[in-house]
Amino acid sequence: MRQWNTRKQMREERIAAGRGFATGKLVDPETLVDFLEAVLRPGDRVCLEGDNQKQADVLAKGLAAMDPARIHDLHMVQSGVVLPEHLDVFDSGIAKRLDFSYSGPQSARIAKMLFGGKIELGAIHTYLELFARYFIDLTPQVALIAAVSADRHGNLYTGPNTEDTPTVVEATSFGSGLVIAQVGEIVDTLPRVDIPGDQVHFVLDAGKPFYVEPLFTRDPAAMTETQILTAMMAIKGLYQPYGVRRLNHGIGFNTAAIELLLPTYGEKLGLKGKICTHWALNPHPTLIPAIEAGWVEQVHCFGSEVGMEDYLAARPDIFFTGPDGSLRSNRAFSQTAGLYACDMFIGSTLQIDLAGHSSTITANRIAGFGGAPNMGSDARGRRHPSAPWLQAGAEADPDTAAPLRRGRKLVVQIGETFGEGNAPLFVEKLGALELAEKLDLDLAPVMVYADDTTHIVTEEGIANLLLCRNADEREQAIRGVAGFTEIGRGRDKAMVERLRERKIIQRPEDLGIDPLDANRNMLAARSIKDLMLASGGLYRPPSRFRNW
Amino acid sequence: MEILHFDIAAPIAATGTRKMALVGVVASGNLEVLVERGDAADRCAIEISTAAHGFRDLWDAVVADFVGRRAAGGLRIAINDGGARPDTVSLRLAQGVRLIEEPEA
Amino acid sequence: MSNIRQSWYEAGARERIAALVDPRSFAEFVGPECRETSPHLGIFDLPAQFDDGIVVGSGAIDGTPVLVAAQEGRFMGGAFGEVHGAKLTGLLRAAKALARDVVIAFDTGGVRLQEANAGEIAIAEIMRAIAEARLGGVRVVGLIGGRAGCYGGGGLIAGCCSTLIVSEQGRISVTGPEVIETNKGVEEFDSRDRAMVWRTMGGKHRTLIGGADVFVDDDAAAFRAAATAALARPAKLDAAALAAEQARLERRIARFGDLGDATDIWHALGIDDPKAIPDMPADAFATLAAQYRESADDAR
Repeated sequence: MRQWNTRKQMREERIAAGRGFATGKLVDPETLVDFLEAVLRPGDRVCLEGDNQKQADVLAKGLAAMDPARIHDLHMVQSGVVLPEHLDVFDSGIAKRLDFSYSGPQSARIAKMLFGGKIELGAIHTYLELFARYFIDLTPQVALIAAVSADRHGNLYTGPNTEDTPTVVEATSFGSGLVIAQVGEIVDTLPRVDIPGDQVHFVLDAGKPFYVEPLFTRDPAAMTETQILTAMMAIKGLYQPYGVRRLNHGIGFNTAAIELLLPTYGEKLGLKGKICTHWALNPHPTLIPAIEAGWVEQVHCFGSEVGMEDYLAARPDIFFTGPDGSLRSNRAFSQTAGLYACDMFIGSTLQIDLAGHSSTITANRIAGFGGAPNMGSDARGRRHPSAPWLQAGAEADPDTAAPLRRGRKLVVQIGETFGEGNAPLFVEKLGALELAEKLDLDLAPVMVYADDTTHIVTEEGIANLLLCRNADEREQAIRGVAGFTEIGRGRDKAMVERLRERKIIQRPEDLGIDPLDANRNMLAARSIKDLMLASGGLYRPPSRFRNW
Repeated sequence: MEILHFDIAAPIAATGTRKMALVGVVASGNLEVLVERGDAADRCAIEISTAAHGFRDLWDAVVADFVGRRAAGGLRIAINDGGARPDTVSLRLAQGVRLIEEPEA
Repeated sequence: MSNIRQSWYEAGARERIAALVDPRSFAEFVGPECRETSPHLGIFDLPAQFDDGIVVGSGAIDGTPVLVAAQEGRFMGGAFGEVHGAKLTGLLRAAKALARDVVIAFDTGGVRLQEANAGEIAIAEIMRAIAEARLGGVRVVGLIGGRAGCYGGGGLIAGCCSTLIVSEQGRISVTGPEVIETNKGVEEFDSRDRAMVWRTMGGKHRTLIGGADVFVDDDAAAFRAAATAALARPAKLDAAALAAEQARLERRIARFGDLGDATDIWHALGIDDPKAIPDMPADAFATLAAQYRESADDAR
């Protein structure tokens, strides 16, 4: 006779084992490691938050301190590999297999460990894809999550950095898994209930807030003339002609410069209300001047940003906030918004090849994908039209009859032709391909595929790949904006000129922009302090950004 | 330090009467460009001092592009390079020409 | 584009001089065309700068002839090297010979490691030259508000000036934050706690504790106005002034020496809400400082 409640039974056993180290749901912090050893089983599939921003750091430390003789061969499924402890568990044999999305801070170490055979790689995902698998074939048996506070029933307040938590808990708890939360404090009444207590089985009072870093703050003082130039080109050459209202900006200085040029350069072009009104975006401090100047109607956030909490709470017309007034973010829904409800993704990358594939992964650094593959993909399930989407679709496919012709999401890679360390942006062969060969992967880890990419913006010009009709045109369009890189110098000059006539390549001059006019005086804020002042003092920059 | 010399034909002659113009600063990723008047109105002489060795081809391409597009004729240019990217070099060279062509204060 | 005040902090050395002096009045000494570059940096495969990171010359402020110097904080962190130091020494000696006032825009981390001996000697020569000029009635006005601050030997030189004008972003000290942390430990001084670094060394604290005389907004026009006013103040350096300053410093350390943080000092000065100081706008702070600050008896 088959048993049909084995998962629920297993959870009951775990809870019973954990009770010895807890009072009701409340785990005794002194016994954290013993508690974890009691509730886990070798080979478990464990989701550790591991979000892009917040980290369940106390639980991560506890996990890494376990005895590998008792608990070993865990299968870790997590968005972000961020803390050293996230990899320590593989070093010691506590964990064996990994499915993840983003590993920016650990990109060098994770590469070493993958090559060294210390980590068995499931796959690198984009966030929404990983979340999807939590409901199909990567459902966690145990989830270790981070919240701001809990009450005595185990209700949780996740606050501005709600991020992945509702998604993780939904999959784990309703999939009969065990949910353990680390919180900063236990209170009588929560500001609001983000996670209901009956989805949470154990709570650890860590006695301090969870670890969280400001990842989306870009200091305007560091912005260069070239970044300002590419921002001007993007606004005049893309945002304006396509009329982009709904969009997502990937992380980076080029997009932050665009945000700071809206109230100045965008204003000069008369674009307020016509572009950049609705956003899927983390709370970038660099968006403050545009918000204050009335450019923005609404923003949905993947997570929060350290220092922005008071500003967000003071702008509930713009941001999603709870009855307590603080931000409510949600990565899964923001990613979905970026996929289906945005007409443009624009972001930066480390390498672009001659077909137009892009990747940030090299043989020495495996940073993973984060949200870009999702945000930077054409959503073929989309059905509602919008002007930019239809316009891009018509450019890509002028021959099909309009009623049967899908639109296209604008997917833009923006950056200088030479990046950090003067490494060229454009390459013959992606490091991702070399990695695939080295690790014997089925797929090279490409961030955004060529057939999703619609435009490339560099200081030399904008390449419109939608208008290219064959691989040759595509290659020359890319070479034509690749500046002085080897790829750029290898261009067919005559063909590039013809592409320019067809507006497949547009130079700054073609857009009426003189590169010598790009200067820092155009930024609506030129320092972190300016951003703070623009927010009326509501934005509280973290210490590392202060020069006052 | 590697010292590179270029002395090339420059089809567009620089105008103005200023004797000298200076743009940029020697900082990481930046460069200093000192523009002075040379002898021949149809030639441009450029001397580059750089700590990044082995990039002659790249400088060649940048310089060729510069003299082709900007009023470089009749100028003598000296560069102290702090490891700037080629597009930054192009920008500073263009800024230098613009500055030396500016009317006297 | 919008009409923006010119940030002193953002400006380079030449832009600062242009903002300070009357239009078309500046004549540079040992300019970049002279190519007086560092004889040492090439040994380390480091690029030189034609003016060796300092611009010196003569100009006029509101019609009054002055000598001016501005350090380029972005080149080698504005640090003193042999040529850089010699240019400033020469300027100060000329100031004494010509009986002309000097305005120095500091932006320096101290002495270049690669030119340590020459740099240290230059610091000493500059301090002596300032003293001799001031004894002859010359005013030496220092402006501090750049990215590198005014550290090391620069801090010592600043201490010899007749008037110091500082903005919020400016910092004045001898030892830098990282070195303090290395030597004293992170619990004592966490160099990454930038708010604390600025409380300890920044323009507002220096103004309140008498280490700087005039506080201005990060605005080139404000620096110029303050420099103009400073050049109109009496120029006096004598034994009595030095003795008064010595006594003030002794009283200061007796009064504040045991306090742990700048906010404690500001509280001891009588300020009601010391925690509000760092975020206070410039004009409000200047008003508050005028009321509560320690002054420095025309010497420091």
